Amino acid sequence: MTAAAIDPVAARARALLPPDAVITDPARLRTYECDGLAHYRVVPALVVIPEDSGQLAAVVRACAEHGVPFVARGSGTGLSGGALPHAEGVLVVTSRMRAISAVRADDQRAVVEPGVINLDVTKAATPGGYYYAPDPSSQQICSIGGNVAENSGGAHCLKYGFTTNHVLAADFVTAQGDTVRIGTAAPDSPGYDLLGAVIGSEGTLGVVTSVTLRLVRLPEEVRTMLVGFDSTDHAGAAVSAIIAAGIVPAAIEMMDALAIEAAEEAVHCHYPDGAGAVLVIELDGPAVEVEAEYVEVERLCREAGAFEQRVATDAVDRALIWKGRKSAFAAVGRISPDYIVQDGVIPRTALPEVLAAIAELSRSSGVRVANVFHAGDGNLHPLVLFDESHEGEGDAAEEVSGAILDLCIAHGGSITGEHGVGADKARYLPRMYDEADLDTMQLVRCAFDPQSIANPGKVFPTPRLCGEVPGRRSGVHPAQEAGLAEVF
Amino acid sequence: MTADRTGTRGPDPALVDDCVHCGFCLPTCPTYVLWGEEMDSPRGRIHLMQQSIDTGQVTDAMSQHWDACLGCMACVTACPSGVQYDRLIEQTRALVEHEHERSRSERALRGLIFATFPYSRRLRLLRGPLRVAQRTGLDRALRRTGLLDRLAPSLAAMERLAPRIGRADALPERATARGERRAVVGLLTGCVQGAFFPGVNAATVRVLTAEGCDVVIPPGQGCCGALSVHNGRDEEARAFARGVVDTFDRAGVDQVVVNAAGCGSAMKEYADLLADDPAYAQRAQIFAGRVRDVAELLDELGPVAPRHPVEAVVAYHDACHLAHAQGVRMQPRRLLEAIPGVELREIPEPELCCGSAGVYNLLNPEPARELGKRKAANIVATGADVLVTANPGCLMQVAASLEAAARRQGGRPMRLAHTVEVIDAAIQGRPLS
Repeated sequence: MTAAAIDPVAARARALLPPDAVITDPARLRTYECDGLAHYRVVPALVVIPEDSGQLAAVVRACAEHGVPFVARGSGTGLSGGALPHAEGVLVVTSRMRAISAVRADDQRAVVEPGVINLDVTKAATPGGYYYAPDPSSQQICSIGGNVAENSGGAHCLKYGFTTNHVLAADFVTAQGDTVRIGTAAPDSPGYDLLGAVIGSEGTLGVVTSVTLRLVRLPEEVRTMLVGFDSTDHAGAAVSAIIAAGIVPAAIEMMDALAIEAAEEAVHCHYPDGAGAVLVIELDGPAVEVEAEYVEVERLCREAGAFEQRVATDAVDRALIWKGRKSAFAAVGRISPDYIVQDGVIPRTALPEVLAAIAELSRSSGVRVANVFHAGDGNLHPLVLFDESHEGEGDAAEEVSGAILDLCIAHGGSITGEHGVGADKARYLPRMYDEADLDTMQLVRCAFDPQSIANPGKVFPTPRLCGEVPGRRSGVHPAQEAGLAEVF
Repeated sequence: MTADRTGTRGPDPALVDDCVHCGFCLPTCPTYVLWGEEMDSPRGRIHLMQQSIDTGQVTDAMSQHWDACLGCMACVTACPSGVQYDRLIEQTRALVEHEHERSRSERALRGLIFATFPYSRRLRLLRGPLRVAQRTGLDRALRRTGLLDRLAPSLAAMERLAPRIGRADALPERATARGERRAVVGLLTGCVQGAFFPGVNAATVRVLTAEGCDVVIPPGQGCCGALSVHNGRDEEARAFARGVVDTFDRAGVDQVVVNAAGCGSAMKEYADLLADDPAYAQRAQIFAGRVRDVAELLDELGPVAPRHPVEAVVAYHDACHLAHAQGVRMQPRRLLEAIPGVELREIPEPELCCGSAGVYNLLNPEPARELGKRKAANIVATGADVLVTANPGCLMQVAASLEAAARRQGGRPMRLAHTVEVIDAAIQGRPLS
C-alpha cells in the first residue's frame, strides 16, 4: 500500500463530514497515537470523528474501496492496545456518537450509540429503577462500543455476566461498509449467533453503530463490606469459603498491600491499616436474602482470619470503598513511574498457589508486583512496576508479566479475562491455542473481512491474508472415518 | 521537582510524565464533553505539552487547544494518578504568552481585558458608559468593529446583572466583632466582586462581624493576580501577588478571607508563584497558609449568631475554583443546610464548569455559551427557586444563561445569590433579596 492510498479516503471524509471531524494536522494526529496502553504508539494517517452511523459507514466504505485499513476507537481507555492506530490507516473515533436513543425501563432495554459512556447508561436508567450491570473500572469514561469490542467485564460480572450477556442486538457496519442488523430485541435470536462472534472480536470484524442493551433492575438492598486480612492467603481462603457456601455475591474484589498503598495515596479510601489484603464484598438483592447472606459471609470471613470488617453505612461510604478499588490501576502511578497492567484468569481454587508463584517471581527478579483482582471469578490483574528511565527495568518487567501469563495457562486459565488480546497479547495467543484453533478463528475473520482491513495486526500473532488456505488437513478426517460426517 | 519559572519556561517534563493516559479525566473536561476530541481533553493537552517539549516548538494547533482549556481543574479532582494539571497548564500558558505570536485581534482583545479587569476602579468606570451605549444603540454601531463584537455580549451580560452602582455603602476600613471576638480577619474585596457585586462584600462583613470577627479591609489592596496567573501572564501576576502580601502583612490579621473562588485559589498558591523570589518566598508561604474562603472560615468557626428561617429551595453550584482548586465542597453545603427553611438540591453534572472560568467567556464566547446553556438546563431541572454560588464569574455567567433559558422557554429567571448573602439574610432575619 502506498501512503497516497489515504488521500482519496481523506477526500471522501472531507466531503461528508464537518471540517473539524477530519484530522490531518500532525500534532493533532499524534494525540491519538495510543489508547490506555501508552507504551504502544503509532500515529494514524488520518483521524475521523463521525457524528452518525451514515458518516461512519461511508468512511468505512471508502476504506474498503481503496484497501485502506481502519481502526475503531471509543474513549481510548483500552488496556491491551486494541485501538492502537495503523500507520497507513484511518482511526475512526466514535466519541461524537453518544446519543442514548431510547431507555425503555418497562422492557429492560436501552438503545445507545457506540460512543455513549458506560456509566451514562446507568445514569439514564436509574430514575426508572434500572441500571446497566457490566461495570469496568473505567466505567466513568469507557464507551459502550469499546465494551462490545472487548467484551468488557468488571467487578459485578461475577454475578451478572460480561458485556456479551447484556447485548441483545446491534447495528453493525461490516468491513465493506454495509450496515446490517444482528440480533433482535428478543431475549434470544434464532440462527447463528453472529452477535456472539462480533462481541469480543476487538474491532476485527467491523464496527457497531447502535447497540441494544439489557437493563437490570436495581436491587432492593445493597450491602458493601470492606474486610481486612493479614495476607492474601487468608483472603483467598475466605473467597473460596464464600463461593463454596453457595453464595454468589455481586462482587468479591481483592487488593494486596501494595495496591492498597497506591489507592490510599490516591483517593484516601480509608482501607484497614496494616492489611496484607482487603476484600471488597458486595451483596445485593432482596433485603431478606442480603441479610441472611451477610450473616454467613461475616462468619466465613471471621473464620478465615479477618481482623477487621466494615460495612458501608451509606451511599457516600460505599462510593469511597469502590473508588479505592476502581482507581487502583491509575493510582499505581503514584508509587511507580511506569507499570504494566496484566490481565489473566485462573481457576479460583488455584488462587493461593498462583499468588505464591507470582510473589516468588517478584522476589527472584526484583520486580515489584501489586495485585488487584476480581477474586470471585479468578480474574487477576497483577500490576508489574518498573521505571523506564532505569536501563533494563522495562524488559525485566515485561518478562515477569509474560511469566505470569504462563502461570495462568499452566493452571488451566487464560491470557485475558476482560482487557482483550489487542496488540499487546497477540504474541501470547499461540500459547493458548494450537494451529487448528487459530486457523478456525482466521476463517471466521475472513468471512467477515476478506480484505483484512478491520483492525489488522490485532489479536492474531501472524497477519495472514484471507486468500491463503490455513492449515489444510491431509488424509481422511477422523469423523468421516467413523461414519459421522461426509464430505460434500 | 519544581519548574524553573525564571529560566526555561514551559511545562515541567517530570509533571508531564505523571500522566499514565488512563482517560479518567475526559468525562469531567468541559471541552471534551462538548467536542469529543482528544486534543481538547486534559490527556490530549498534556500529550501536546510533551510534543512541545520534544520538538521545542509551540504550533498554532497546540496553542489553540491549550487556549480552549477553561482551567476549571475538574480533571485535577478526577485524576487518580495525581497529575498536577493546574501547574502544567499555568506553566504552558506562560510559555505561550512568551513564545507564541498571537493574531493581532487576539492580542488586542487580551490587552484590553488585562488593562481593565484587574483594576476595580477602571471596571466601575466602564459600567456607566456601557449602560449609556446600550440605551442609545451605540453598542450596535460599535459591534460592527469586530473586536467589540466579541466583547459586547459578555459586557452586556455583566451590565444587566450587576447591581446598580452607588447603592452599596462604602466599606469601612475596620468593622468590629459583635459579641466576643473570635478572630481578626482581613477581607479581600476583589476586582470584579468589588465593582459588580458590592452587596456580596457588604454581606460578608455583616456575617463575619456577627460571627465574632473583627474585619480589616485595607484600602487600595489591588488585584490578587488570579486572572493573570491563570492566563500565563506570570510577571504581572507576581507583581500583583507581592502587593497583596504587603497589604495584608501590614494589616496584621490572623486570616485573609476571600469570597471570590478564583481569587482564593490563586492566593492559596502564592507560595508556588513567588517561590523563586528570595524577598517574598517565605512570606508568600505564610500568607498562603492564612487564606480562607469565607465558607471555609465560617465552617471552621462554627455559628454563634442565631439564624432566622429563610424559606427557599436552593440549588448550590460548585464554583470550579472553590470545589476543584480548593477542595471546598461540603462547607458551603453545611452552612446552607443549617439555615432553617432552606432545602438544598444538588445539580446534575456538578463537576462540569458553567463556562465562566475567569475571562474565558470573553476569550471563547462560543463554548462558554454552550456550557452555560447546559448548566442552566441542569439548574432548572432541580426545580430550585434560588441558585447559590460563591464566585462573581459564575454568578454572571449562570445568570446570563438562566435568563437566556427563561427567554427561550418563557417564565421568570431564577434568583441568584452568593452563599454569604443567604447566611446574611438568615442572620438579619430578612427575606432573600
